[in-house]
Amino acid sequence: MNIHEYQAKQVFAKYGVPVPKGIMVESVDAAVEAAKELGGPVWVVKAQIHAGGRGLGGGVKLAKSLDEVKALADEILGMTLVTHQTDAAGKLVQKLYIEDGADIKDELYLSVVLDRKLEMPLIMASTEGGMNIEDVAENTPEKIITIPVDPAIGFSGFHGRQLAFGLGITDKAEQKKIISFASKLFKLYMENDAEMIEINPLVRTGSGDFIALDGKMGFDNSALGRQAEILAMRDLTEEDADEVEAAKYGLSYVALDGEIGCMVNGAGLAMGTMDTINYMGGTPANFLDVGGSANAETVAKGFEIILKNPKVKAIFVNIFGGIVRCDRIANGIIEATKITDIHVPVIVRLDGTNAPEASEILKKANISNLIVADDLGDGAAKSVAAAKQA
Amino acid sequence: MSILVNKDTKVIVQGFTGKEGSFHAEQCIDYGTQIVGGVTPNKGGQEHLGKPVFNTVLDAVKTTGATVSMIFVPPAFVGDAVMEAAEAGIELAVIITEGAPVKDMQMAKAHATKHGMKTLGPNCPGIITADECKIGIMPGMIFKKGNVGLISKSGTLTYEGTNQVVKEGYGISTAVGIGGDPIIGLSYNQLLPMFEADPETECIVMIGEIGGDLEIQAAKLIKEQITKPVVAFIAGQTAPKGKTMGHAGAIVSGSAGTAKEKMEALEAAGVTVVVSPAEIGKAVTKALAK
Repeated sequence: MNIHEYQAKQVFAKYGVPVPKGIMVESVDAAVEAAKELGGPVWVVKAQIHAGGRGLGGGVKLAKSLDEVKALADEILGMTLVTHQTDAAGKLVQKLYIEDGADIKDELYLSVVLDRKLEMPLIMASTEGGMNIEDVAENTPEKIITIPVDPAIGFSGFHGRQLAFGLGITDKAEQKKIISFASKLFKLYMENDAEMIEINPLVRTGSGDFIALDGKMGFDNSALGRQAEILAMRDLTEEDADEVEAAKYGLSYVALDGEIGCMVNGAGLAMGTMDTINYMGGTPANFLDVGGSANAETVAKGFEIILKNPKVKAIFVNIFGGIVRCDRIANGIIEATKITDIHVPVIVRLDGTNAPEASEILKKANISNLIVADDLGDGAAKSVAAAKQA
Repeated sequence: MSILVNKDTKVIVQGFTGKEGSFHAEQCIDYGTQIVGGVTPNKGGQEHLGKPVFNTVLDAVKTTGATVSMIFVPPAFVGDAVMEAAEAGIELAVIITEGAPVKDMQMAKAHATKHGMKTLGPNCPGIITADECKIGIMPGMIFKKGNVGLISKSGTLTYEGTNQVVKEGYGISTAVGIGGDPIIGLSYNQLLPMFEADPETECIVMIGEIGGDLEIQAAKLIKEQITKPVVAFIAGQTAPKGKTMGHAGAIVSGSAGTAKEKMEALEAAGVTVVVSPAEIGKAVTKALAK
């Protein structure tokens, strides 16, 4: 789960990580009021969406008067922002963050991420702030310092020294400030079950202070159950509505561009099914994992979500029953035909636990439009053929 | 022969009396696994599925001599359960539970390593040595005994791959589901050498997916150490960037962790890489015929 910049900065502030003063608003009038309250003389008007690259997309602009704040708020609020991190359709800006302008001496980069190879958090820092860090990593990898921090030890003095000297900070007062900054950031990373925190840029001001000018945070979904405050920050309007709806029923769904809907048990087999459809010359319309506790209701819901997509010309149900028993899936398919109008061919491949019972159930139900497949390859081929005929 | 577990392996179940724990422990017992007891706090002294229940793993290990624990406790308690097993002297913890917090797994795995305990999972189907010992949730009846070793991040692709191998007239020595979380226990680079050393295994099937770089590390190891033929499939060639595909670890971030780079690395290491899981069976037949 991701949160907005203004929310990340609330978390930062709670832990004493310095951030500029700012106010989140949802209307132009409120933007002007916020600017008055902050006092100026310079403000930054920032689009709040869950994607990076907002500045380049025209979603972050500097205002030098209240009139400019008003004009910019009017311009940015309600615009659809397309950045390198959104899809082509972009994201609608519904919230703005009005922030005090900062006195920027230079821009640094600081992040904490999980290093899967080291199996511990990794602090990454660079003097090349304000740039796309992937470009820095590609072109000048020597300008990125990486400091793994064992969570059993926590952020220790030597980590701080590696960071400060690595960033070329020689002033003792500044060293103390950046070490304190990073130490607090690491603490909040651990305590909130964050998956990643990225501050780009982290600015050094003319007076030698370090401030988080931006803030991005993502969290471990598996830990949200014990992070009530974080969970309360979830903004469902930033997430795909179909994915959210699917998740309510224990289904894991991701929309794609193709024509063949997929309903599969298990994430690996679901990806493998998409790959096979692609290999056979078709295009998958979605990823859908019905999970380990699929029943008639969840399967019916799966059909409903897949069929919301008007591009879908055929549906391939590919189930290898381990925990999920095939007879349950068969009943789900029958149930779904009663609830949803399935107007496209459904290719069904059921194998594993109770597969013979399942095919009996399906045969007895006598559903038109239903094609039975023998195995994965056969099912994918039949699905591709059915989609082409449609 | 086989790897890690066999007919003599003594197994306890943590989360024994819960719904999932009970259901799958019973299936394991039916398969022939030596489930020698289980652990559920405050139910010590009772009997469940005809086996003794203990309050702590330490009690269970002392009384039964178990060396493996199959873990079914709820996600929030997985980290604690793994560390308890490690300190009680368990040698291998098979963690079935899905949705364990990543932070807990970092701590638990480091603690397990410190105590010399291997872990498998979390969020995995477990491990099975055909006809001898099933520790997990896989459908036992599809695993015919044979000479193919299998390692997979995905549960259902383990079944799919096994089914094809069996249909081709071969069978499985040991199949290991390693799980698709960001932090997992035993992985390709620990398991591949075990299969290499196992006289019963003649071919290895390795099923990976997008995210992380375990498959890239495996390619390096295969090139240097593995002489037996390896057949690989990497799921997620058609997965979009930046989207988590079901498994918490299955995500292409930026340009890292793509199926393409993994397939290329494995191919360069001499592995037979198939583009669809539907081709696994045939590729194994071809590899074994050589």
